[in-house]
Amino acid sequence: MAAAGDRDRIDLPQGTLDLLILKTVALAPRHGWAISMRVQQISGGALQIQQGSLYPALHRLERRGWIKASWGTSDNNRRAKYYELTASGRRQLESEKSAWLRLTAAVAQVLGES
Amino acid sequence: MSLLSDLAYRCRALLRRRTVEAELDDELRFHWEREVERHLQAGRTQQEAIRLTRLAFGGVDQVKDSCRRARGTDPVETLLRDLGYGLRMLRNHPGFTIVAVLTLAIGIGANTALFSVVDGVLLRPLPFPHPEQLVRLHESKPNFESGSISYPNFRDWQQQNHSFAAIAIARGSGFSLTGMGAAEQLDADLVSSDWFSLLGVRPLLGRTFLRGEDEVGAAPVVIVSAAFWRRKLGASPAVLGRSLTLDGRAYPIVGVVAADFGFQIPGFFHADVYVPIGQWSNNLLQRRGAGLGIHGVGRLAPGVTIDAARADLQRITRNLAAAYPEDDKGIGATLAPLKDEVVRDVRPYLLVLLGAVGFVLLIACVNVANLLLARSTSRAGELAVRAALGASRGRLIRQLLTESILLAVAGGGLGVLVAAWGTRAALGLLPTALPRAGEIGLDGRVLAFTLVVSLAAGVLFGLVPALKMSRGSGHQTLKEGGRGGSGVRHRAQDALVIAEMATALVLLIGAGLMLRSLANLWGVDPGFRPDRVTTADLALPPAMMTASPDAVRAAWRSIDDRLSAVPGVQGSSLTWGAVPLASDDEVLFWLDGRPKPANENEMSWAIRYVVEPGYLRTLRIPLLRGRFFDAHDAERSAPVAVVDEVFARQFFGGRDALHQHLDLNGGASRAEIVGIVGHVKQWGLDTDDHHALRAQVYLPFMQLPDAAMALTSRNATVMVRTAPGAPEVFASVRRTLHGLGSDLEVSRIQTMDEIAAGKLAARRVSVALLGGFALLALALAGIGIYGVTSYLVGQKTHEIGLRIALGARRADVLGMILRQGVKTALAGAAIGLVAALALSRLMGHLLYGVGAADPTTFAGVVAVLITVTVAACCVPAGRATGIDPTVALRHE
Repeated sequence: MAAAGDRDRIDLPQGTLDLLILKTVALAPRHGWAISMRVQQISGGALQIQQGSLYPALHRLERRGWIKASWGTSDNNRRAKYYELTASGRRQLESEKSAWLRLTAAVAQVLGES
Repeated sequence: MSLLSDLAYRCRALLRRRTVEAELDDELRFHWEREVERHLQAGRTQQEAIRLTRLAFGGVDQVKDSCRRARGTDPVETLLRDLGYGLRMLRNHPGFTIVAVLTLAIGIGANTALFSVVDGVLLRPLPFPHPEQLVRLHESKPNFESGSISYPNFRDWQQQNHSFAAIAIARGSGFSLTGMGAAEQLDADLVSSDWFSLLGVRPLLGRTFLRGEDEVGAAPVVIVSAAFWRRKLGASPAVLGRSLTLDGRAYPIVGVVAADFGFQIPGFFHADVYVPIGQWSNNLLQRRGAGLGIHGVGRLAPGVTIDAARADLQRITRNLAAAYPEDDKGIGATLAPLKDEVVRDVRPYLLVLLGAVGFVLLIACVNVANLLLARSTSRAGELAVRAALGASRGRLIRQLLTESILLAVAGGGLGVLVAAWGTRAALGLLPTALPRAGEIGLDGRVLAFTLVVSLAAGVLFGLVPALKMSRGSGHQTLKEGGRGGSGVRHRAQDALVIAEMATALVLLIGAGLMLRSLANLWGVDPGFRPDRVTTADLALPPAMMTASPDAVRAAWRSIDDRLSAVPGVQGSSLTWGAVPLASDDEVLFWLDGRPKPANENEMSWAIRYVVEPGYLRTLRIPLLRGRFFDAHDAERSAPVAVVDEVFARQFFGGRDALHQHLDLNGGASRAEIVGIVGHVKQWGLDTDDHHALRAQVYLPFMQLPDAAMALTSRNATVMVRTAPGAPEVFASVRRTLHGLGSDLEVSRIQTMDEIAAGKLAARRVSVALLGGFALLALALAGIGIYGVTSYLVGQKTHEIGLRIALGARRADVLGMILRQGVKTALAGAAIGLVAALALSRLMGHLLYGVGAADPTTFAGVVAVLITVTVAACCVPAGRATGIDPTVALRHE
């Protein structure tokens, strides 16, 4: 739906959204908008997170205790809700990340063979 | 750990919902603004930036909904939101809400009230420890399932059985209390030792009877009821060891027990005092063949079934029959669960009534469903908007169901109040007819029932409208300007009214059949005229117990004389033995000229009335042939007897019974039949015809054998017929009876009319209730068809206006509307008739003199239904004829 890069956009596979969010907030606390921008930037516009799935995911992760939220002041001096990784979130990130890498390596291997 | 934090999160989300929601708003607004800013920075116009942001965002409400779901509090929050919304809706439509809640309150209230009765009487276990172990015991005789147990047989059953933890017997009796103010006649129960301990009744004070205290010849002891203890003994804890003088003998008090055991075992009466049965002065007690009105209860040993106990007693009674063929041939034992016997008579009535209130609630539900449907016009637009905003169909249905359940719960709450009042009123109507009435009340179980019924009703009446309304709420409705789906709804309303009519018809037919049965029973000739007849129990002073039989006769004669001298007394008679509709007594005999039967079991039985010459005149029993007794049929003259027509037919067939002889008292007396009288319905107006024992024999009071005459001094009955329309005559009879009180005890004064009415009390009350429910159903159904017709007229205003403009006469319009209503009613009636045919058969055993498919009742009820329909349709139809065509046509 976004104007640019529709052709190159990749639909997020099931379960990867959580991983992306965890990874994005692992470096520094960020608010929702920043998270979606960051993912978009790093993926070169290939990955776009819809608000319709971003915020429910954030709330779900917060409920699970993997991220925690606090209100802070944004760079343009407005009140924003920042999310940061918790200790258990870090463990979750590690295990999800290794699972993901193993999966993609395995898939790549299968694809490369043929 | 993570579970805990999860829970903490959900609790915060739920408890601080407002904060959490505000935070969500802030968060999303922040995102929105940043996005707009981004687009502006990229050089887009303000308008373009907002458009792009909105596109990217999708529906804000949907995002919020998803977030709420993610918070894991969604089900609770949705419910709260639906409840809040529902409450607002109901508050905004007070007319609808009040009508719906009241309708439901009546339906649910009636169900709650009746369930509390059914629960207290039928479902709840008897208020004894391990009540499932309790059984009722009788001796079965060749012609009698529930006969009296003789004392020697009881002793043998007690010693030889392997099935019971204990068995006990009791018999109602009376004592004269002296030495505590004026002499007083006390109600007493003669019981065997285990009576109280078997039932699990604990004494309030002292102890219950000990084993052996019930033996003949044991020292006298007495247990008093709490009511007597309070009334006569000042509730003093020091009564133990004090003595009561009963029939001139000192009985030390050993215990006090609660006034009643919480219920009445049929055949046992609330007593003032309890005395061991061995104290009974009747020397027949020790006779194995005697029938003295003694009945038993037993407590099964743990793990023993009633069938096993039955087999065990069968073995014992077979052995006894072999050992004592004279007395015990053909004698068996009857066992039944105690509770079955307590509730046996009322169970069918209660179940029919419970079914009836169920129908009433069904009709109430249908009415409310109709109201909801009628309202759907105004709501279609609202629902369509909600659907367009992304609410799913399930979501809408849930919202609508929440509203109907709210209605139902409000109706249920009000219904509990209705029930509390209704139950009290109903119990006031029948203080004695219902066993276990004291155990009826609104408690947790009943309230739980009400809650379940309310919720079920809410779903029941809410589901159809909810399904219909949610279906009709697509964008089509929006296009139609909120008027869509009216055809569908009309059909649904029609179907509901047809169902309502059918249900009402079933109820009306049930009530009609019961009413006709009752009317038939009132019309049944009991064989005597109970009006203006008063009965009372009399007992001569205790000193007379040791008097000679002739002295007893003389005492009774003087009482006779004094009674008949009272002005206004048209007839009176002492009686002993059976009293019509009230108490029974049997006699053994054989026809003279046949060989004497080898034992009592080969003799014949008849109901025995021991009466004086005035009896026939007092009860107005018709004399068919021969003569009735006169003053000459006394102790020194030849024994005579009078029999009823049933007796004559049964034992003499085509031969003439007059001047035949009966051998009575084991052959000691030979009585000549001097007259034949009409049959009296001894066993009750509805059951007498089916009773096995119907032959009746009358014997002169003064010809009672000496031993029996001595017994009459303690309990005879007197019957008095008074002149019409003279309450002072009635009062003077009472005064005379009481005036004799210095040397005569008078108790249980009641009229024969009261006795006859009491016999029909359960039936009368259930007819009243069933009739009430049926009328309620009819009224609700009438309201239902009124509502639908009104709606129809409203819908057709335009059409009717057009017709009138084109020259249709008012009568045509009226006919059109009425035809529509009657068509609906007839459809309902057709379905109802089929259902009623199937259902009325279930109550066949409650009917008397009317078939379950009685055409008169069925036709009458259909006529009533049509009349009500026409009446209900007349108002809206009248409105239709009054439509002004110019207004109606401009209306569009």
